Amino acid sequence: MLKKKKKIKNRLRAKGVTPKHFDRSQIKILAYMVPVCIVMALPIVFIFMNAFKPVDELFAYPPRLYVKNPTFQNFVDLFSLTSQTNIPMSRYLFNSILYTVITVVSTIYIAACAGYVLSKKKFKGRDTLFKINQTALMFVPVAVQIPRYFVIVYTGLIDNFWANILPLLAVPTSVFLVKQFIDQLPDSLIEAAVIDGAGDIMIMRKIIMPLIKSPLATVAILSFSSAWGATEAATYFIDNDSLKNFAFYVSTLSNATGNVVAGAGVSAAASLIMFLPSFILFIIMQSRVMNSMAHSGIK
Amino acid sequence: MKEKKKFNLPPWALLTPYGIIFSVFIIIPVVAAVLLSFTYFNTIRPPEFVGLQNYIDLFTTDSTFLKYVVPNTIAYALFVGVGGYILSFFLAWSLSQLTHGVRTVMAVIIYSPSLTGGILIANIWKVIFDGSETGYLNYWLMELGVIAEPIKWLQSSDYLMVVMIIVALWSSMGVGFLSILSGITNVDKEIYEAAYMDGVKNRFQEIFYVTIPSIKPQMLFGAVMAIVNTFQTSGVGVALSGSNPTPNYAGQLIGTHIEDFGFIRNEMGYAAAVSVVLLLFIKLMSTGANKLFAEKD
Repeated sequence: MLKKKKKIKNRLRAKGVTPKHFDRSQIKILAYMVPVCIVMALPIVFIFMNAFKPVDELFAYPPRLYVKNPTFQNFVDLFSLTSQTNIPMSRYLFNSILYTVITVVSTIYIAACAGYVLSKKKFKGRDTLFKINQTALMFVPVAVQIPRYFVIVYTGLIDNFWANILPLLAVPTSVFLVKQFIDQLPDSLIEAAVIDGAGDIMIMRKIIMPLIKSPLATVAILSFSSAWGATEAATYFIDNDSLKNFAFYVSTLSNATGNVVAGAGVSAAASLIMFLPSFILFIIMQSRVMNSMAHSGIK
Repeated sequence: MKEKKKFNLPPWALLTPYGIIFSVFIIIPVVAAVLLSFTYFNTIRPPEFVGLQNYIDLFTTDSTFLKYVVPNTIAYALFVGVGGYILSFFLAWSLSQLTHGVRTVMAVIIYSPSLTGGILIANIWKVIFDGSETGYLNYWLMELGVIAEPIKWLQSSDYLMVVMIIVALWSSMGVGFLSILSGITNVDKEIYEAAYMDGVKNRFQEIFYVTIPSIKPQMLFGAVMAIVNTFQTSGVGVALSGSNPTPNYAGQLIGTHIEDFGFIRNEMGYAAAVSVVLLLFIKLMSTGANKLFAEKD
Protein backbone atom coordinates (compact mmCIF):
# COMPACT_ATOMS: atom_id res chain seq x y z
CA MET A 1 0.00 0.00 0.00
CA LEU A 2 2.71 2.44 0.98
CA LYS A 3 4.65 1.52 -2.10
CA LYS A 4 1.67 2.29 -4.30
CA LYS A 5 1.26 5.64 -2.63
CA LYS A 6 4.87 6.51 -3.23
CA LYS A 7 4.59 5.50 -6.85
CA ILE A 8 1.55 7.70 -7.35
CA LYS A 9 3.26 10.58 -5.63
CA ASN A 10 6.27 10.33 -7.89
CA ARG A 11 4.17 10.09 -10.98
CA LEU A 12 2.05 13.10 -10.04
CA ARG A 13 5.14 15.16 -9.38
CA ALA A 14 6.08 14.96 -13.06
CA LYS A 15 2.76 14.46 -14.84
CA GLY A 16 -0.09 15.96 -12.87
CA VAL A 17 -1.11 19.51 -12.12
CA THR A 18 1.65 22.10 -11.59
CA PRO A 19 4.63 19.85 -12.34
CA LYS A 20 7.97 20.93 -10.95
CA HIS A 21 10.01 19.71 -13.88
CA PHE A 22 9.69 19.12 -17.56
CA ASP A 23 8.42 15.67 -18.43
CA ARG A 24 7.85 13.99 -21.76
CA SER A 25 4.13 13.81 -21.07
CA GLN A 26 4.04 17.60 -21.39
CA ILE A 27 5.03 17.45 -25.06
CA LYS A 28 1.48 16.47 -26.05
CA ILE A 29 0.13 19.56 -24.34
CA LEU A 30 2.80 21.84 -25.73
CA ALA A 31 2.04 20.45 -29.18
CA TYR A 32 -1.31 22.24 -29.21
CA MET A 33 -0.71 25.02 -26.72
CA VAL A 34 2.18 26.53 -28.69
CA PRO A 35 0.05 26.94 -31.85
CA VAL A 36 -2.84 28.27 -29.74
CA CYS A 37 -0.54 30.88 -28.23
CA ILE A 38 0.77 31.85 -31.66
CA VAL A 39 -2.77 32.39 -32.93
CA MET A 40 -3.65 34.41 -29.83
CA ALA A 41 -0.54 36.56 -30.12
CA LEU A 42 -0.59 37.07 -33.88
CA PRO A 43 -3.11 39.94 -34.06
CA ILE A 44 -1.15 41.77 -31.39
CA VAL A 45 2.09 41.24 -33.29
CA PHE A 46 0.36 42.74 -36.35
CA ILE A 47 -0.48 45.86 -34.40
CA PHE A 48 3.09 46.26 -33.22
CA MET A 49 4.46 45.77 -36.71
CA ASN A 50 1.91 47.93 -38.51
CA ALA A 51 2.44 50.84 -36.16
CA PHE A 52 6.04 51.11 -37.35
CA LYS A 53 5.50 50.39 -41.04
CA PRO A 54 6.00 53.15 -43.60
CA VAL A 55 3.03 53.67 -45.93
CA ASP A 56 4.47 51.67 -48.82
CA GLU A 57 4.92 48.64 -46.56
CA LEU A 58 1.41 48.95 -45.12
CA PHE A 59 -0.03 48.52 -48.57
CA ALA A 60 2.64 46.24 -49.95
CA TYR A 61 1.52 43.30 -52.01
CA PRO A 62 2.04 40.58 -50.89
CA PRO A 63 1.37 41.77 -47.33
CA ARG A 64 4.36 41.17 -45.09
CA LEU A 65 4.17 40.44 -41.38
CA TYR A 66 7.41 42.05 -40.24
CA VAL A 67 8.68 45.61 -40.79
CA LYS A 68 11.61 46.21 -43.10
CA ASN A 69 12.24 49.90 -42.51
CA PRO A 70 10.68 50.78 -39.17
CA THR A 71 9.65 54.42 -38.83
CA PHE A 72 7.99 56.68 -36.28
CA GLN A 73 6.22 58.54 -39.07
CA ASN A 74 2.81 57.10 -38.16
CA PHE A 75 3.13 58.47 -34.64
CA VAL A 76 4.28 61.85 -35.93
CA ASP A 77 1.28 61.92 -38.30
CA LEU A 78 -1.06 60.90 -35.50
CA PHE A 79 0.09 63.69 -33.21
CA SER A 80 -0.12 66.30 -35.93
CA LEU A 81 -3.80 65.51 -36.54
CA THR A 82 -6.56 67.68 -35.16
CA SER A 83 -10.27 67.03 -34.91
CA GLN A 84 -12.77 68.86 -37.11
CA THR A 85 -13.17 71.46 -34.39
CA ASN A 86 -9.43 72.05 -34.31
CA ILE A 87 -8.74 70.24 -31.10
CA PRO A 88 -5.29 68.68 -31.20
CA MET A 89 -4.85 64.97 -30.65
CA SER A 90 -2.67 65.60 -27.60
CA ARG A 91 -5.70 67.09 -25.84
CA TYR A 92 -7.62 63.83 -26.23
CA LEU A 93 -4.67 61.87 -24.98
CA PHE A 94 -4.41 64.18 -21.98
CA ASN A 95 -8.14 63.75 -21.28
CA SER A 96 -7.80 59.99 -21.46
CA ILE A 97 -4.89 59.94 -19.06
CA LEU A 98 -6.74 62.19 -16.63
CA TYR A 99 -10.02 60.22 -16.76
CA THR A 100 -8.18 56.93 -16.45
CA VAL A 101 -6.11 57.98 -13.45
CA ILE A 102 -9.13 59.37 -11.60
CA THR A 103 -11.20 56.29 -12.45
CA VAL A 104 -8.56 53.79 -11.36
CA VAL A 105 -7.72 55.54 -8.09
CA SER A 106 -11.38 56.08 -7.16
CA THR A 107 -12.33 52.52 -8.06
CA ILE A 108 -9.54 51.16 -5.85
CA TYR A 109 -10.68 53.15 -2.82
CA ILE A 110 -14.39 52.60 -3.37
CA ALA A 111 -13.97 48.86 -3.90
CA ALA A 112 -11.57 48.49 -0.95
CA CYS A 113 -13.95 50.27 1.45
CA ALA A 114 -17.04 48.44 0.20
CA GLY A 115 -15.25 45.09 0.22
CA TYR A 116 -14.06 45.64 3.79
CA VAL A 117 -17.51 46.55 5.06
CA LEU A 118 -19.23 43.67 3.26
CA SER A 119 -16.65 41.21 4.54
CA LYS A 120 -15.77 42.19 8.10
CA LYS A 121 -18.51 44.45 9.46
CA LYS A 122 -21.51 42.87 11.08
CA PHE A 123 -24.80 44.62 10.51
CA LYS A 124 -28.29 43.78 9.42
CA GLY A 125 -28.79 43.29 5.72
CA ARG A 126 -25.12 42.83 4.91
CA ASP A 127 -25.56 39.46 3.27
CA THR A 128 -28.51 40.73 1.25
CA LEU A 129 -26.44 43.65 -0.01
CA PHE A 130 -23.68 41.28 -1.05
CA LYS A 131 -26.18 39.02 -2.81
CA ILE A 132 -27.51 42.03 -4.73
CA ASN A 133 -23.99 42.93 -5.78
CA GLN A 134 -23.35 39.35 -6.85
CA THR A 135 -26.47 39.37 -9.01
CA ALA A 136 -25.39 42.69 -10.49
CA LEU A 137 -22.11 41.11 -11.65
CA MET A 138 -24.05 40.13 -14.73
CA PHE A 139 -25.89 43.36 -15.43
CA VAL A 140 -23.64 44.41 -18.25
CA PRO A 141 -23.71 48.11 -19.11
CA VAL A 142 -24.97 47.21 -22.60
CA ALA A 143 -28.22 45.99 -21.07
CA VAL A 144 -28.89 49.19 -19.18
CA GLN A 145 -27.47 51.71 -21.64
CA ILE A 146 -30.83 53.38 -22.37
CA PRO A 147 -31.91 54.12 -18.78
CA ARG A 148 -28.31 54.95 -17.92
CA TYR A 149 -28.43 57.64 -20.55
CA PHE A 150 -31.50 59.14 -18.85
CA VAL A 151 -29.83 58.96 -15.47
CA ILE A 152 -27.00 61.02 -16.94
CA VAL A 153 -29.51 63.47 -18.42
CA TYR A 154 -31.54 63.93 -15.22
CA THR A 155 -28.52 64.22 -12.95
CA GLY A 156 -27.28 67.05 -15.15
CA LEU A 157 -24.13 65.18 -16.07
CA ILE A 158 -24.58 65.66 -19.82
CA ASP A 159 -21.55 67.44 -21.16
CA ASN A 160 -19.98 67.32 -17.72
CA PHE A 161 -16.41 66.29 -17.01
CA TRP A 162 -17.63 63.65 -14.50
CA ALA A 163 -19.82 61.87 -17.04
CA ASN A 164 -16.58 60.36 -18.31
CA ILE A 165 -15.76 58.91 -14.91
CA LEU A 166 -18.73 58.23 -12.62
CA PRO A 167 -20.47 55.51 -14.68
CA LEU A 168 -17.18 53.59 -14.82
CA LEU A 169 -17.01 53.41 -11.03
CA ALA A 170 -20.03 51.13 -10.77
CA VAL A 171 -18.20 47.82 -11.16
CA PRO A 172 -19.69 45.02 -9.04
CA THR A 173 -16.84 42.71 -10.10
CA SER A 174 -14.28 44.88 -8.30
CA VAL A 175 -16.18 44.89 -5.02
CA PHE A 176 -16.80 41.18 -5.37
CA LEU A 177 -13.11 40.35 -5.89
CA VAL A 178 -11.95 42.50 -2.98
CA LYS A 179 -14.62 41.13 -0.63
CA GLN A 180 -13.78 37.51 -1.44
CA PHE A 181 -10.12 38.21 -0.73
CA ILE A 182 -10.75 40.00 2.58
CA ASP A 183 -12.94 37.06 3.67
CA GLN A 184 -9.88 34.90 4.15
CA LEU A 185 -7.99 37.44 6.26
CA PRO A 186 -8.30 36.47 9.96
CA ASP A 187 -10.75 38.52 12.04
CA SER A 188 -8.19 38.59 14.85
CA LEU A 189 -6.12 41.14 12.93
CA ILE A 190 -8.93 43.64 13.09
CA GLU A 191 -10.00 42.74 16.61
CA ALA A 192 -6.46 43.42 17.82
CA ALA A 193 -6.49 46.81 16.14
CA VAL A 194 -9.86 47.67 17.65
CA ILE A 195 -8.55 46.86 21.13
CA ASP A 196 -5.65 49.22 20.44
CA GLY A 197 -8.22 51.89 19.74
CA ALA A 198 -7.99 52.06 15.97
CA GLY A 199 -11.01 53.37 14.07
CA ASP A 200 -12.23 52.20 10.69
CA ILE A 201 -10.16 54.66 8.72
CA MET A 202 -7.04 53.61 10.60
CA ILE A 203 -7.82 49.90 10.13
CA MET A 204 -8.32 50.45 6.41
CA ARG A 205 -5.07 52.36 6.01
CA LYS A 206 -2.77 50.37 8.26
CA ILE A 207 -4.12 46.83 8.05
CA ILE A 208 -6.49 46.17 5.18
CA MET A 209 -4.95 48.16 2.34
CA PRO A 210 -1.43 46.70 2.70
CA LEU A 211 -2.83 43.16 2.78
CA ILE A 212 -5.13 43.42 -0.21
CA LYS A 213 -2.65 44.66 -2.77
CA SER A 214 -3.31 41.56 -4.88
CA PRO A 215 -7.03 42.02 -5.49
CA LEU A 216 -6.46 45.77 -5.82
CA ALA A 217 -3.95 45.07 -8.59
CA THR A 218 -6.66 43.10 -10.38
CA VAL A 219 -9.20 45.86 -9.82
CA ALA A 220 -6.68 48.39 -11.14
CA ILE A 221 -6.11 46.42 -14.37
CA LEU A 222 -9.81 45.90 -14.99
CA SER A 223 -10.72 49.50 -14.36
CA PHE A 224 -7.70 50.79 -16.26
CA SER A 225 -8.55 48.88 -19.42
CA SER A 226 -12.22 49.83 -19.22
CA ALA A 227 -11.46 53.53 -18.69
CA TRP A 228 -8.67 53.67 -21.26
CA GLY A 229 -10.86 52.06 -23.92
CA ALA A 230 -14.17 53.72 -22.98
CA THR A 231 -16.15 55.28 -25.80
CA GLU A 232 -19.67 55.22 -24.31
CA ALA A 233 -19.41 58.56 -22.52
CA ALA A 234 -17.87 60.43 -25.46
CA THR A 235 -20.43 58.96 -27.85
CA TYR A 236 -23.61 59.57 -25.85
CA PHE A 237 -22.98 61.85 -22.87
CA ILE A 238 -20.55 64.46 -24.15
CA ASP A 239 -21.14 67.01 -26.91
CA ASN A 240 -18.25 69.30 -26.13
CA ASP A 241 -15.38 68.07 -28.28
CA SER A 242 -12.72 69.21 -25.85
CA LEU A 243 -14.05 66.80 -23.18
CA LYS A 244 -13.91 63.67 -25.34
CA ASN A 245 -11.21 61.06 -24.94
CA PHE A 246 -8.56 59.36 -27.02
CA ALA A 247 -10.43 56.07 -27.49
CA PHE A 248 -13.36 57.93 -28.99
CA TYR A 249 -11.06 59.90 -31.25
CA VAL A 250 -9.44 56.68 -32.45
CA SER A 251 -12.87 55.27 -33.27
CA THR A 252 -13.56 58.25 -35.54
CA LEU A 253 -10.17 58.08 -37.27
CA SER A 254 -10.98 55.66 -40.05
CA ASN A 255 -13.91 57.82 -41.24
CA ALA A 256 -12.57 61.25 -40.43
CA THR A 257 -9.23 61.23 -42.19
CA GLY A 258 -10.96 60.47 -45.47
CA ASN A 259 -7.65 59.40 -46.89
CA VAL A 260 -7.53 55.63 -46.53
CA VAL A 261 -3.82 55.39 -47.19
CA ALA A 262 -2.75 57.87 -44.51
CA GLY A 263 -5.52 56.62 -42.21
CA ALA A 264 -4.17 53.09 -42.00
CA GLY A 265 -0.80 54.12 -40.60
CA VAL A 266 -2.28 56.59 -38.16
CA SER A 267 -4.85 54.14 -36.91
CA ALA A 268 -2.18 51.44 -36.46
CA ALA A 269 -0.13 53.84 -34.36
CA ALA A 270 -3.23 54.79 -32.37
CA SER A 271 -4.08 51.13 -31.81
CA LEU A 272 -0.67 50.51 -30.32
CA ILE A 273 -1.14 53.44 -27.94
CA MET A 274 -4.53 51.97 -27.00
CA PHE A 275 -3.12 48.53 -26.27
CA LEU A 276 0.31 49.02 -24.77
CA PRO A 277 -0.48 50.66 -21.39
CA SER A 278 -2.92 47.94 -20.24
CA PHE A 279 -0.54 45.26 -21.47
CA ILE A 280 2.49 46.65 -19.62
CA LEU A 281 0.41 47.12 -16.50
CA PHE A 282 -0.72 43.52 -16.63
CA ILE A 283 2.81 42.18 -17.13
CA ILE A 284 4.01 44.14 -14.12
CA MET A 285 1.17 42.95 -11.90
CA GLN A 286 0.45 39.49 -13.25
CA SER A 287 1.72 37.57 -10.23
CA ARG A 288 -0.45 39.68 -7.91
CA VAL A 289 -3.41 39.19 -10.21
CA MET A 290 -2.95 35.42 -10.20
CA ASN A 291 -2.66 35.46 -6.43
CA SER A 292 -5.95 37.32 -6.04
CA MET A 293 -7.70 35.08 -8.55
CA ALA A 294 -7.22 32.11 -6.24
CA HIS A 295 -9.89 33.64 -4.01
CA SER A 296 -12.25 34.77 -6.74
CA GLY A 297 -14.73 31.90 -6.64
CA ILE A 298 -18.46 32.31 -6.04
CA LYS A 299 -19.37 30.19 -3.04
CA MET B 1 -10.64 53.26 25.38
CA LYS B 2 -13.38 55.67 26.25
CA GLU B 3 -12.63 57.89 23.29
CA LYS B 4 -12.83 54.98 20.91
CA LYS B 5 -16.49 55.55 20.16
CA LYS B 6 -15.88 59.03 18.87
CA PHE B 7 -13.74 57.79 16.01
CA ASN B 8 -15.82 54.82 15.03
CA LEU B 9 -18.04 55.15 12.03
CA PRO B 10 -21.32 53.32 11.72
CA PRO B 11 -20.70 49.90 10.13
CA TRP B 12 -22.04 50.85 6.74
CA ALA B 13 -20.36 54.26 6.48
CA LEU B 14 -17.50 53.14 4.24
CA LEU B 15 -20.02 51.48 1.99
CA THR B 16 -21.71 54.77 1.15
CA PRO B 17 -19.64 55.87 -1.88
CA TYR B 18 -20.12 52.54 -3.59
CA GLY B 19 -23.72 52.38 -2.48
CA ILE B 20 -24.50 55.70 -4.15
CA ILE B 21 -22.68 54.89 -7.38
CA PHE B 22 -24.20 51.40 -7.47
CA SER B 23 -27.73 52.74 -6.94
CA VAL B 24 -27.42 55.54 -9.46
CA PHE B 25 -25.79 53.59 -12.28
CA ILE B 26 -27.10 50.05 -11.75
CA ILE B 27 -30.22 49.83 -9.54
CA ILE B 28 -32.01 52.92 -10.87
CA PRO B 29 -31.27 52.07 -14.53
CA VAL B 30 -32.58 48.52 -14.07
CA VAL B 31 -35.77 49.78 -12.41
CA ALA B 32 -36.10 52.54 -15.01
CA ALA B 33 -35.68 50.01 -17.82
CA VAL B 34 -38.59 47.99 -16.46
CA LEU B 35 -40.79 51.09 -16.06
CA LEU B 36 -39.88 52.59 -19.43
CA SER B 37 -40.57 49.30 -21.15
CA PHE B 38 -44.30 49.84 -20.53
CA THR B 39 -44.30 53.22 -22.25
CA TYR B 40 -44.02 54.86 -25.61
CA PHE B 41 -41.21 57.37 -25.34
CA ASN B 42 -39.54 59.22 -28.17
CA THR B 43 -37.52 61.62 -25.95
CA ILE B 44 -39.44 64.64 -27.27
CA ARG B 45 -42.75 64.14 -25.49
CA PRO B 46 -43.08 62.66 -22.00
CA PRO B 47 -43.45 58.87 -21.80
CA GLU B 48 -46.93 57.55 -22.45
CA PHE B 49 -48.15 54.38 -20.78
CA VAL B 50 -48.88 51.66 -23.34
CA GLY B 51 -49.01 48.54 -21.16
CA LEU B 52 -47.48 45.46 -22.70
CA GLN B 53 -47.61 46.86 -26.23
CA ASN B 54 -43.80 47.02 -26.62
CA TYR B 55 -43.43 43.38 -25.63
CA ILE B 56 -46.30 42.35 -27.92
CA ASP B 57 -44.71 44.24 -30.82
CA LEU B 58 -41.32 42.76 -30.06
CA PHE B 59 -42.54 39.18 -30.22
CA THR B 60 -45.11 39.53 -32.99
CA THR B 61 -44.31 42.30 -35.46
CA ASP B 62 -40.61 43.10 -35.11
CA SER B 63 -39.43 40.91 -37.94
CA THR B 64 -35.80 42.04 -37.56
CA PHE B 65 -35.86 40.88 -33.97
CA LEU B 66 -37.47 37.53 -34.70
CA LYS B 67 -35.70 36.76 -37.95
CA TYR B 68 -32.19 38.00 -37.20
CA VAL B 69 -31.61 39.19 -33.65
CA VAL B 70 -32.93 36.14 -31.78
CA PRO B 71 -31.21 33.46 -33.89
CA ASN B 72 -28.00 35.52 -34.04
CA THR B 73 -27.98 36.08 -30.29
CA ILE B 74 -28.60 32.41 -29.55
CA ALA B 75 -25.84 31.30 -31.93
CA TYR B 76 -23.47 33.92 -30.56
CA ALA B 77 -24.28 33.03 -26.94
CA LEU B 78 -23.72 29.33 -27.66
CA PHE B 79 -20.39 29.79 -29.42
CA VAL B 80 -18.95 32.70 -27.47
CA GLY B 81 -20.61 32.11 -24.09
CA VAL B 82 -20.78 28.33 -23.76
CA GLY B 83 -17.99 27.56 -26.26
CA GLY B 84 -15.74 30.26 -24.85
CA TYR B 85 -16.34 28.95 -21.34
CA ILE B 86 -15.42 25.39 -22.26
CA LEU B 87 -12.41 26.67 -24.14
CA SER B 88 -11.25 28.74 -21.18
CA PHE B 89 -11.46 25.69 -18.92
CA PHE B 90 -9.62 23.56 -21.45
CA LEU B 91 -6.83 26.13 -21.92
CA ALA B 92 -6.55 26.70 -18.18
CA TRP B 93 -6.34 22.96 -17.52
CA SER B 94 -3.71 22.54 -20.25
CA LEU B 95 -1.62 25.33 -18.78
CA SER B 96 -1.86 23.77 -15.34
CA GLN B 97 -0.09 20.69 -16.70
CA LEU B 98 2.98 22.71 -17.66
CA THR B 99 5.88 24.00 -15.63
CA HIS B 100 5.66 27.37 -13.91
CA GLY B 101 7.72 29.49 -16.33
CA VAL B 102 6.01 28.24 -19.49
CA ARG B 103 2.62 28.51 -17.82
CA THR B 104 3.16 32.14 -16.84
CA VAL B 105 4.27 33.25 -20.29
CA MET B 106 1.41 31.43 -22.01
CA ALA B 107 -1.15 32.75 -19.51
CA VAL B 108 -0.03 36.31 -20.27
CA ILE B 109 -0.33 35.68 -24.02
CA ILE B 110 -3.78 34.13 -23.74
CA TYR B 111 -5.10 36.75 -21.33
CA SER B 112 -3.76 39.86 -23.05
CA PRO B 113 -6.34 39.94 -25.91
CA SER B 114 -9.05 40.47 -23.32
CA LEU B 115 -7.40 43.79 -22.46
CA THR B 116 -8.35 45.14 -25.86
CA GLY B 117 -11.64 46.99 -25.66
CA GLY B 118 -14.30 47.30 -28.36
CA ILE B 119 -12.76 49.86 -30.66
CA LEU B 120 -9.29 48.36 -30.44
CA ILE B 121 -10.55 44.85 -31.24
CA ALA B 122 -12.09 46.19 -34.43
CA ASN B 123 -8.96 48.08 -35.43
CA ILE B 124 -6.75 45.04 -34.92
CA TRP B 125 -8.93 42.57 -36.78
CA LYS B 126 -9.80 44.90 -39.63
CA VAL B 127 -6.18 44.49 -40.74
CA ILE B 128 -6.54 40.73 -40.91
CA PHE B 129 -10.04 40.57 -42.36
CA ASP B 130 -9.44 43.43 -44.78
CA GLY B 131 -11.68 43.00 -47.82
CA SER B 132 -9.05 43.73 -50.46
CA GLU B 133 -6.34 41.44 -51.72
CA THR B 134 -3.77 43.03 -49.41
CA GLY B 135 -5.70 41.79 -46.36
CA TYR B 136 -3.71 39.06 -44.63
CA LEU B 137 -6.44 36.44 -44.66
CA ASN B 138 -7.42 37.06 -48.28
CA TYR B 139 -3.80 36.94 -49.35
CA TRP B 140 -3.09 33.67 -47.54
CA LEU B 141 -6.24 31.99 -48.79
CA MET B 142 -5.54 33.12 -52.35
CA GLU B 143 -1.95 31.89 -52.12
CA LEU B 144 -3.19 28.54 -50.92
CA GLY B 145 -5.71 28.49 -53.75
CA VAL B 146 -8.71 28.23 -51.43
CA ILE B 147 -10.36 31.32 -52.93
CA ALA B 148 -9.90 33.01 -56.28
CA GLU B 149 -11.24 36.47 -55.45
CA PRO B 150 -10.74 38.50 -52.28
CA ILE B 151 -13.74 38.23 -49.95
CA LYS B 152 -15.22 41.25 -48.21
CA TRP B 153 -15.37 39.46 -44.86
CA LEU B 154 -16.76 42.32 -42.84
CA GLN B 155 -19.42 43.45 -45.29
CA SER B 156 -20.65 39.98 -46.15
CA SER B 157 -23.77 38.63 -44.52
CA ASP B 158 -22.38 35.10 -44.93
CA TYR B 159 -19.18 35.65 -43.01
CA LEU B 160 -19.73 38.51 -40.58
CA MET B 161 -21.15 36.28 -37.84
CA VAL B 162 -18.28 33.79 -38.13
CA VAL B 163 -15.74 36.60 -37.96
CA MET B 164 -17.53 38.06 -34.92
CA ILE B 165 -17.43 34.71 -33.10
CA ILE B 166 -13.72 34.23 -33.84
CA VAL B 167 -12.89 37.74 -32.68
CA ALA B 168 -15.02 37.47 -29.55
CA LEU B 169 -13.54 34.09 -28.61
CA TRP B 170 -10.08 35.52 -29.09
CA SER B 171 -10.80 38.29 -26.61
CA SER B 172 -12.80 36.23 -24.12
CA MET B 173 -10.03 34.63 -22.08
CA GLY B 174 -10.28 37.25 -19.35
CA VAL B 175 -10.62 37.15 -15.57
CA GLY B 176 -12.83 34.06 -15.79
CA PHE B 177 -10.00 32.18 -17.47
CA LEU B 178 -7.48 33.44 -14.90
CA SER B 179 -9.81 32.45 -12.08
CA ILE B 180 -10.19 28.89 -13.37
CA LEU B 181 -6.45 28.63 -13.99
CA SER B 182 -5.65 29.82 -10.53
CA GLY B 183 -8.27 27.48 -9.07
CA ILE B 184 -6.77 24.45 -10.80
CA THR B 185 -3.20 25.25 -9.84
CA ASN B 186 -4.22 25.65 -6.20
CA VAL B 187 -5.94 22.30 -5.80
CA ASP B 188 -4.19 20.36 -3.08
CA LYS B 189 -1.98 17.65 -4.58
CA GLU B 190 -2.98 15.24 -1.85
CA ILE B 191 -6.51 15.17 -3.20
CA TYR B 192 -5.14 13.85 -6.47
CA GLU B 193 -3.03 11.30 -4.65
CA ALA B 194 -6.03 10.12 -2.68
CA ALA B 195 -8.12 9.94 -5.83
CA TYR B 196 -5.56 7.76 -7.60
CA MET B 197 -5.41 5.54 -4.52
CA ASP B 198 -9.17 5.22 -4.79
CA GLY B 199 -8.97 4.07 -8.36
CA VAL B 200 -9.06 7.10 -10.64
CA LYS B 201 -7.34 5.81 -13.75
CA ASN B 202 -6.79 8.52 -16.31
CA ARG B 203 -6.83 12.25 -16.85
CA PHE B 204 -10.46 12.36 -17.95
CA GLN B 205 -11.57 10.78 -14.72
CA GLU B 206 -9.18 13.06 -12.90
CA ILE B 207 -10.78 16.14 -14.46
CA PHE B 208 -14.36 15.08 -13.78
CA TYR B 209 -13.94 13.52 -10.34
CA VAL B 210 -11.22 15.68 -8.85
CA THR B 211 -10.46 18.92 -10.68
CA ILE B 212 -13.93 20.28 -11.43
CA PRO B 213 -15.51 19.36 -8.07
CA SER B 214 -12.56 21.00 -6.29
CA ILE B 215 -12.89 24.31 -8.11
CA LYS B 216 -16.67 24.77 -8.27
CA PRO B 217 -16.52 28.36 -6.95
CA GLN B 218 -14.05 29.34 -9.66
CA MET B 219 -16.07 27.47 -12.27
CA LEU B 220 -19.13 29.48 -11.28
CA PHE B 221 -17.25 32.77 -11.32
CA GLY B 222 -15.84 31.81 -14.73
CA ALA B 223 -19.35 31.05 -15.99
CA VAL B 224 -20.66 34.42 -14.82
CA MET B 225 -17.73 36.18 -16.49
CA ALA B 226 -18.38 34.20 -19.69
CA ILE B 227 -21.99 35.42 -19.71
CA VAL B 228 -20.87 38.99 -19.05
CA ASN B 229 -18.30 38.82 -21.82
CA THR B 230 -20.81 37.43 -24.29
CA PHE B 231 -23.10 40.41 -23.97
CA GLN B 232 -20.40 42.97 -23.35
CA THR B 233 -18.79 42.19 -26.70
CA SER B 234 -22.07 42.30 -28.59
CA GLY B 235 -21.05 45.59 -30.24
CA VAL B 236 -18.19 43.89 -32.03
CA GLY B 237 -20.23 43.32 -35.19
CA VAL B 238 -21.07 47.00 -35.46
CA ALA B 239 -17.45 47.96 -34.77
CA LEU B 240 -16.11 45.55 -37.40
CA SER B 241 -18.58 46.32 -40.16
CA GLY B 242 -18.69 50.02 -39.30
CA SER B 243 -22.46 50.31 -39.40
CA ASN B 244 -25.51 49.76 -37.23
CA PRO B 245 -27.60 47.96 -38.43
CA THR B 246 -24.92 45.56 -39.64
CA PRO B 247 -25.02 44.50 -43.33
CA ASN B 248 -28.28 42.58 -43.88
CA TYR B 249 -28.59 42.34 -40.08
CA ALA B 250 -26.03 39.53 -40.23
CA GLY B 251 -24.25 40.65 -37.08
CA GLN B 252 -27.25 42.12 -35.28
CA LEU B 253 -27.35 41.01 -31.64
CA ILE B 254 -29.73 41.94 -28.88
CA GLY B 255 -27.27 44.55 -27.56
CA THR B 256 -26.97 46.27 -30.92
CA HIS B 257 -30.75 46.05 -31.39
CA ILE B 258 -31.14 48.11 -28.20
CA GLU B 259 -28.70 50.69 -29.51
CA ASP B 260 -30.40 50.76 -32.90
CA PHE B 261 -33.85 51.50 -31.45
CA GLY B 262 -32.70 53.60 -28.52
CA PHE B 263 -30.04 55.89 -29.85
CA ILE B 264 -30.63 55.78 -33.60
CA ARG B 265 -34.43 55.67 -33.87
CA ASN B 266 -35.11 57.30 -30.48
CA GLU B 267 -37.73 54.74 -29.53
CA MET B 268 -36.64 54.57 -25.93
CA GLY B 269 -39.64 52.70 -24.51
CA TYR B 270 -39.24 49.97 -27.07
CA ALA B 271 -35.48 49.79 -26.54
CA ALA B 272 -36.10 49.48 -22.80
CA ALA B 273 -38.38 46.50 -23.43
CA VAL B 274 -35.55 44.85 -25.40
CA SER B 275 -33.22 45.62 -22.46
CA VAL B 276 -35.58 43.88 -20.05
CA VAL B 277 -35.69 40.83 -22.31
CA LEU B 278 -31.88 40.84 -22.36
CA LEU B 279 -31.69 41.07 -18.56
CA LEU B 280 -34.09 38.15 -18.25
CA PHE B 281 -32.03 36.16 -20.72
CA ILE B 282 -28.87 36.87 -18.71
CA LYS B 283 -30.63 35.86 -15.50
CA LEU B 284 -31.76 32.63 -17.13
CA MET B 285 -28.21 31.77 -18.19
CA SER B 286 -26.80 32.53 -14.76
CA THR B 287 -29.47 30.42 -13.06
CA GLY B 288 -28.35 27.57 -15.27
CA ALA B 289 -24.72 28.11 -14.26
CA ASN B 290 -25.74 28.24 -10.61
CA LYS B 291 -27.57 24.93 -10.88
CA LEU B 292 -24.42 23.34 -12.26
CA PHE B 293 -21.83 24.65 -9.86
CA ALA B 294 -23.34 26.12 -6.71
CA GLU B 295 -22.04 24.39 -3.60
CA LYS B 296 -24.82 22.70 -1.74
CA ASP B 297 -24.80 23.48 1.95
